[in-house]
Amino acid sequence: MSLIRYRSPELMAWPSLDRWSNLRDDLNSLFELPFWSSFARQGQLFSGWSPALDLYQNNDNVVAVIELPGMRREDIEISLHDGTLAISGERKSESSKGEKAERTERYIGKFRRSITLPTRVDASKVSASYRDGILTVTLPKAEEAKPKQIQVNVD
Amino acid sequence: MNTIVRENREIDRVQSEQFIAPAASVVETADGYTLEVEMPGVNKKGLEISVENNELTIVGRRSLSAVEGTLIHRESRPENYRRAFELDPSIDANKISAKIDQGVMSLTLPKAEHVKPRKITVS
Repeated sequence: MSLIRYRSPELMAWPSLDRWSNLRDDLNSLFELPFWSSFARQGQLFSGWSPALDLYQNNDNVVAVIELPGMRREDIEISLHDGTLAISGERKSESSKGEKAERTERYIGKFRRSITLPTRVDASKVSASYRDGILTVTLPKAEEAKPKQIQVNVD
Repeated sequence: MNTIVRENREIDRVQSEQFIAPAASVVETADGYTLEVEMPGVNKKGLEISVENNELTIVGRRSLSAVEGTLIHRESRPENYRRAFELDPSIDANKISAKIDQGVMSLTLPKAEHVKPRKITVS
């Protein structure tokens, strides 16, 4: 089962946002020196977006919980192929003219996450909800993957 | 102008509760600044914003409905969010307003009237 965070090759690999934010702040403070300030403006070049994903399993479902702050529902795509769940989408820039970015840590652009599911699921019954910036995908297990109690009669 | 950027990490170390620093973006407009902070899992109820001694502190506490089942893979962090910013002197701290939508908090920090550029007509 592959559980490695997928990184899109077109994005520069860089430690993901939350986990390394202290390190990144240290780096950013270097960039705040005048010499670096023009590079710091392009901060997102240094950080691809690989949203954090949690996976749960119970008797009936596999549940994926993904942190996707500030998305529009219509910009989130969920697909299931060959036992792999893929979440992709794009966060669009909302900046307009006359604005000057002082600090850019939020990632703007495309992302893609995929994860191999631990069991077979019923693709026709997958449901998803998006609340408080958290996407929850519920994937009902296929009948043959559900745990079954086998009665053995002892004479 | 280099504004609202200085972190206050010492306080984080002293406090017993562990926080993580959320990603933030700051944009300057003619009327003020817009600060956006990413706090997935946080809604209006879990948000605490305070200004003291020209320092803006944002604390976001997650209110997540627990998922039934066994956690088999985890990448998210369990800690709540906390981040502090030093306010630029031009900001009118009484007029700061905030909203949160899908885990992104937007804070509008208007500049005080007296620092806005104005034209003086010569009579």
